[in-house]
Amino acid sequence: MDRFLPSPTARILLALLAILALAPLVFPSTFYYRIFTLISINAIVVIGLVILLGYAGQISLGHAGFVGLGAYANAIGPTHLGLPPLLALVLGAALSAALAWLVGRPILKLRGLYLAVVTLGFGILVQMVLVNESWLTGGPDGMAVEDLGLVSLVKALGLKMKTAQVWYVFSGLMLLLAAWVALNLRDSPTGRALRSLHDSEVAARTVGINVARYKLIAFVLSAVFASVGGSLLALFNRFVTPDVAGFIHSVELVTMSVLGGAASVLGGIAGAALLTTLPQALTVFHDFETVILGLIMMGVAIFMPDGLLPNLANRAKRTRRTNR
Amino acid sequence: MTALLSVQSLGIRFGAVRAVNDVSFSAKPGEVLSIIGPNGAGKTTLFNMISGVYQPSQGRIRFDGADVTELLPHQLAERGLSRTFQNLQIFHQMTALENVMAGRHLMERRGILSDLFGLSTTRRHNRETKQAAEALLERVGLADIAHREAGGLSYGMLKRLEIARALACLPQLLLLDEPAAGCNPVETEEVEGLIAQIAHEGVGILLVEHDMKMVMRISSHIVVLDHGEKLAEGRPEEVRGNPRVLAAYLGVTEGEEETADALD
Amino acid sequence: MLESFLQFTFSGLTVGAVYALVALGFTIIYNASDVVNFAQGEFVMIGGMSTVFLRQDGLPLAAAAALAIVLTTVIGILLDKLAIARAKRASVLSLVIITIGASIFLRGAAQLVFDKQLHRLPAFAGEDPLTLMGATILPQSLLVLAGAAAIFVGLWLFFNRSRTGKAVLATANNRLAARLVGVDTAFIMALSFGLSAAIGATAGVLITPLTLTSYDVGLMLALKGFAAAMLGGLGNPFGALVGGLAIGLIEAFGAGYVSSEYKDASAFLVILLILFLMPRGLFGKKTVERV
Repeated sequence: MDRFLPSPTARILLALLAILALAPLVFPSTFYYRIFTLISINAIVVIGLVILLGYAGQISLGHAGFVGLGAYANAIGPTHLGLPPLLALVLGAALSAALAWLVGRPILKLRGLYLAVVTLGFGILVQMVLVNESWLTGGPDGMAVEDLGLVSLVKALGLKMKTAQVWYVFSGLMLLLAAWVALNLRDSPTGRALRSLHDSEVAARTVGINVARYKLIAFVLSAVFASVGGSLLALFNRFVTPDVAGFIHSVELVTMSVLGGAASVLGGIAGAALLTTLPQALTVFHDFETVILGLIMMGVAIFMPDGLLPNLANRAKRTRRTNR
Repeated sequence: MTALLSVQSLGIRFGAVRAVNDVSFSAKPGEVLSIIGPNGAGKTTLFNMISGVYQPSQGRIRFDGADVTELLPHQLAERGLSRTFQNLQIFHQMTALENVMAGRHLMERRGILSDLFGLSTTRRHNRETKQAAEALLERVGLADIAHREAGGLSYGMLKRLEIARALACLPQLLLLDEPAAGCNPVETEEVEGLIAQIAHEGVGILLVEHDMKMVMRISSHIVVLDHGEKLAEGRPEEVRGNPRVLAAYLGVTEGEEETADALD
Repeated sequence: MLESFLQFTFSGLTVGAVYALVALGFTIIYNASDVVNFAQGEFVMIGGMSTVFLRQDGLPLAAAAALAIVLTTVIGILLDKLAIARAKRASVLSLVIITIGASIFLRGAAQLVFDKQLHRLPAFAGEDPLTLMGATILPQSLLVLAGAAAIFVGLWLFFNRSRTGKAVLATANNRLAARLVGVDTAFIMALSFGLSAAIGATAGVLITPLTLTSYDVGLMLALKGFAAAMLGGLGNPFGALVGGLAIGLIEAFGAGYVSSEYKDASAFLVILLILFLMPRGLFGKKTVERV
């Protein structure tokens, strides 16, 4: 019987694919393609945080710094150095990985809260550089980003699609790729090592897990996800400002990952979807954004530490039991 | 037979407190060496030093022919030393099976790329690790609950789960910190049988346990600690008759007769 | 040459005194509860901003400052009672998320209740600078230094002389033991948050005539306070003082001799260097993990 059911990983990916394929049927306007593209891109960054926060139990308060590195790699690389956009994306990810490794190596030998402090400072520093070095970055006003060339590629293939639709498909596929990788990781030797140090560092050590090394792996991986997400964001918006690396954005990303349930890829995607659509649905409440973010963070951490999805699932289970 | 583990005048102080002072003993493969003593005697602290969790402030530890005093827990695990914990250290968000699979960490060849993209190496490892872990769960009698989340299991189950996880490292020396605590009499008997069997397979065992009947039956050798110092050591029958041991356990003067029961 | 050196020293010590007070606030809460309070900088912001706005509403400066400190203290206690104390058995991770959430919340609330502008207060003791060997120092700077000194001395007396202060220290040493001998640890927690908030607010009142304030200054102050606390050794009040002054001086000299655009980066670089080279800081103690 088991043989005919797809594996849990395949089931999650199929569900995602189905949602992405069917959602456009109910889109009232092209604008929704844009929102879903933003959700997919944010979710890619959040999946990186799921690996760091949910799997390995470490927190970064400066992940927007890596998003900023990726975004500006795609702004600066093609504009100043004439690099092709895809190469800029890869170089941005490599730079983010290298920085995460350099900063993380000494810090991750220490207790978890030090990573929080250091990443907080890191994010602020990245944003500071982006604001101050205006000869390179355009300063606080930001800079334009060259086209990835997706639309002309699609046209050359003879397909008739709007720009928003092309990006919807592309970002959706990238999200599926990110989710697939993170789900593979979860049920692999490396993933088990990460998840065990989340629950008990001492026990992880005594079964031979080099805790500092695995925390570093999680941190570097999450930086790569953030950087790729940042590059995609820049390419999609065709414009970047230093705000993309800002503290508030870092906090948004953490809130997205804890809101849905940091321990699961699906939870991360749900969190990204909720927090990306919320400001769109409640544009009037733009001024309340930070207040709402703060309340969500405190509320989730106090009342449902596992996040929204696992909490709802548990509640459903309990109700079913009592009904029986 | 040469010693698998030898501990030479080991000691540690926390601030002004000497938690363990000048303790020496050695353990052989295939034997159960028990460490007994009243609460606060320093047994768990001793375990923490031997397994590398604490760095001793004096003395040396030799394991499998090498000085390992300064090694970290994961390096000791690589050399074949694994342990369980008095206050459980469970990976509670993982299933019972995954807990034991995590214990096989050192047996797996770890390639990040293969793990990220689910390549055949990773799939093969997952299969092998899963089979080995299932066999271990079967061995400690937890096969039925393999897919339950560890956080929801009973105390006695978790104690056995820790043993299975420690065994997954294929240790030469296994440190068991109160494996029968919280177990009912039937479970205790099972744990005792399991320990005897593991020792029979040639694994050296260091045991801390409060169930004295079990200790007396199962141990080849006993070390008695009191206030962080070694009070006595010897075969179970020697230790049982030692008046200083009785005094330490019950705080009575030497020679009082009825106390012998306490260690039976 | 000497003039500018002295000038940088004065300004470094003045802001350093504020960082020392932020670091002291961290230290008090960290010692009582192991919580690293990321909202510590917001206390400084609320202290300064409330004084500005209460004064605009017609209160005299002294009354506005006093009321602002009381208000911030209440917010500190509420943070403990409504959030920290409710998250029982929370992991370090959850506590970081809660206090960061609180920080963001307070910042957002300040933006709504007050505004998004920069504000300043008039100096308490006049604006005429004093001259010392060619360098100038504002009377307000001396007030900041005197205020910080008074707070440190007052706390030293509180912790070492009063019964309640000793109970706080006992709780810091061993929470379970403190509870067993009858110390009300919930009260100690609330007291620590209230105290930290009051100290932060006082710092905010004192520094606002010199550096301006706005709803978003808390984060940077928190980061610098951390740098100070880590430099001094997390958990050590004396270390917080030394660390704070040191960070202030590093920043002032960095801005004066290297680059003023990156003056805020020096705190981060100090954090990195400390963690790379001496994770326990100058006066920190070794901790042992219990298993």
